[in-house]
Amino acid sequence: MSATAPTSPSSRSGPVEPAGPPDSPDATTTAAAAVEVRGVSRRFASRSGDVVALSDVDLTVRAGEFVSLIGPSGCGKSTLLRLIADLDRPTGGELTVFGRPPHVARQNHDFGIAFQQAGLLPWRSVRANVELPLELHGTGRAARRARATELLGLVGLADFADHRPDQLSGGMQQRVAIARALAESPSLLLMDEPFGALDEMTREHVQTELLRLRAESGAAVVFVTHSIPEAVYLSDRVVVMSARPGQVREIVPVALGSAGDRTDGLREDDQFFDRVRAVREALHGTDGATGVGRGVDQR
Amino acid sequence: MRRQVVTGAAGVLTLAVLWEGYKLLAPDDGVVVAGLTVLPRSNDVAMPHLWDMAARAAAPVTSAPGAEPLWLAVGQAAAFTLGVAAVGWVVGVTVGLLTATLMQRFRTAESALLPWVVLSQTVPLIALAPLVRRWGSQLEIGAFAWQDWMSVAVIASYLAFFPVSVGALRGLSSPDAVHVDLLRSYGVGWWRTYSTLRLPAAVPHLLPAVRLAAANAVVGAVVAEVSIGLRGGIGRMIVEFGASASADPAKQWSPIAGAVVVGLVAAGACVLLSRALDRYRVSEVS
Amino acid sequence: MRAARRWREVVAPVLLGVVALLAWQATVVGLELRPFVVPSPTAIGEQLADHAAVIAAASWSTARNAFWGLLIGVAVALLAAAVSAAVRVVDEMSAPLVAATAVVPIVALAPVLYTMFGANAQTARIVVAAIVSFVPVYVNTLRGLRTVTPVHRDLMRVYAATRRQTTRVVTLPGALPFFFSGLRVAASVAVISALVAEYFGGPVDGLGKAITSAVSSSNYPLAWAYVAGAVVIGLVFFCATLALERGVLHRGNLRQRP
Repeated sequence: MSATAPTSPSSRSGPVEPAGPPDSPDATTTAAAAVEVRGVSRRFASRSGDVVALSDVDLTVRAGEFVSLIGPSGCGKSTLLRLIADLDRPTGGELTVFGRPPHVARQNHDFGIAFQQAGLLPWRSVRANVELPLELHGTGRAARRARATELLGLVGLADFADHRPDQLSGGMQQRVAIARALAESPSLLLMDEPFGALDEMTREHVQTELLRLRAESGAAVVFVTHSIPEAVYLSDRVVVMSARPGQVREIVPVALGSAGDRTDGLREDDQFFDRVRAVREALHGTDGATGVGRGVDQR
Repeated sequence: MRRQVVTGAAGVLTLAVLWEGYKLLAPDDGVVVAGLTVLPRSNDVAMPHLWDMAARAAAPVTSAPGAEPLWLAVGQAAAFTLGVAAVGWVVGVTVGLLTATLMQRFRTAESALLPWVVLSQTVPLIALAPLVRRWGSQLEIGAFAWQDWMSVAVIASYLAFFPVSVGALRGLSSPDAVHVDLLRSYGVGWWRTYSTLRLPAAVPHLLPAVRLAAANAVVGAVVAEVSIGLRGGIGRMIVEFGASASADPAKQWSPIAGAVVVGLVAAGACVLLSRALDRYRVSEVS
Repeated sequence: MRAARRWREVVAPVLLGVVALLAWQATVVGLELRPFVVPSPTAIGEQLADHAAVIAAASWSTARNAFWGLLIGVAVALLAAAVSAAVRVVDEMSAPLVAATAVVPIVALAPVLYTMFGANAQTARIVVAAIVSFVPVYVNTLRGLRTVTPVHRDLMRVYAATRRQTTRVVTLPGALPFFFSGLRVAASVAVISALVAEYFGGPVDGLGKAITSAVSSSNYPLAWAYVAGAVVIGLVFFCATLALERGVLHRGNLRQRP
């Protein structure tokens, strides 16, 4: 019985997946949009009838683009993210990640993910947590170790590699989770309110850090949040959603410069406040005409 | 729900089939390896047929004329044991609650008592059972003559006490600091805090403890009957019928079934109790 | 501040123990209680010293039965929990039987087990201890195997981890603390039931038999001395499981408790 042997070496060896399906040449990967959502719906059956979490959603996230999903609770923003991550299946419409169905993209390890909870395994050291996806996908011990060291340096936690997660603060745990999400250098990062549980000061710090990491990696990001300033500060475009049924109400372009150029100073910039106001108005549904006047992207 | 009932019944049926199947296939004297019986004997003395057990339960207890049917005698014995266990349970739960309250009220009492309570739980104190045997016949406290069944109830209450005191203490200490502070800001005294906050908050911790106490009280009562030699209960009946098993092997299975019923009834009573306290059972912790 | 806490956590229980012993002694001597009610601690101590070898032999016999019963019970429980976690119908079929086993006095089976396995062998006692220690280990381990937090489950799905990898990386380490809390309970009930099974028959060695025979010859202080032996076995089993738990969980950083 193996129930008492949590780290039996027997099942570690061997790659999980073959290098990739034969019909996925790398050329299409780079050419295709990171995420393509076409007419996607998701209904949940409940005792009091069907609940429509998402209704006819269209969205394209280009490669390397940072897109935030924002909206009141129940607008389906997390559901949409889970559909992209293949943690759930749509009841209608079509969804592709780098031109492939989500489950193929998942098998291919095309994306990294971070949740609101850091979700670190409490019995593993910080380093072993960052190594986890590499270990599962058959990367050698030395290479894993090197990559984890590099990533922990990147998120400023090099000194904490051998600590246990519960010895770290919430902000530090979340940074470990981001390092873990970046472990396989994915070209798409999915983040579900990763900073939701952090205090404001830590939050601003980690946001700036995320911008820097993203500028270095060039990955596309789909970022679920309910903070307007956070969405504006981080994103190239902000997707404003409405609830019952979950729909895309408006897509607000931010255009505050590339990720690498954004610094904390931007938070006090007039342009920044302008975009915050634009998102807020889109969110609260004031005056559709001025909304369109601001160049709402309705694609 | 219906599915659970069906599969559950299938499980019980499987056990019956296994019993009869083993009887059919296994050698009469079991499997002996190096002088040690590894698999049980399957002859009719060691493992009677299920239908023989049922038939024996319907037949009279003894061959004496006018003897009552076995199942009735077993039922009476089971009721007796259940009664003694219930007395023990009530005493044990009461004393356990009081001890927990004392420990909650005075921190020094907690640090002095708790290690002993926890320690006592890990040692086989049921070994004390035979030691109170002679209390029944010879102990008199004033006009009060100690009865044998009281010794059994003492052992049962003793075993019921430990889980309740530990569980109740955990429960009484479980309210959030916010709630305690709130009541303090209302200028409410210890007793009102206890009755309006601590006691209701303790219910989710108490219920599993009380269930465990019931199971312990039943085991304690059955074992104490045997070791003290109290007549009239199910434990004594099992040993008595077991002694004549070679002549009448199916007979002893009736009181065993009776002991099972006693355990199930005690557990069922606790389920009813938790139903009654449903309001406080926000989420039960075990 | 620290001194006050030490006073409370160490001195208070020790003091209470000493005071209780003294009060016991004083009551027995002062009220001239007969030994059949309660013998005095000094009388028990004398018997302990005089009969140390016999008491040790009886304790050893009971401890051995408890140990084998515990070992078999735990092994079967782990196997059964693994099967039940994997195959839902097995879990559902065994649920009522396990629930009943938890509340029913299993020692009542001792007389028939003596018939089934032979009244001259220790087997019946071992079987009783095994059945009783099976329940807490099975129930806790199964719960542990079922308790995978949603975020970890999602994570493993995103990593396209195989079932085997998920088991090794998430499920088993998560279930270990549950297993150990079951084992702690099992260790103490194994000793209790191995001892109690002796009251129901079988060979004449063991603590239970020794206690009853000392009582029937009215040697109450000796009977209490045997009880002290039972207390020692219980403590040894408890400390051994605790040490095992500390060792395994600490080495694997598995310190969180269910």
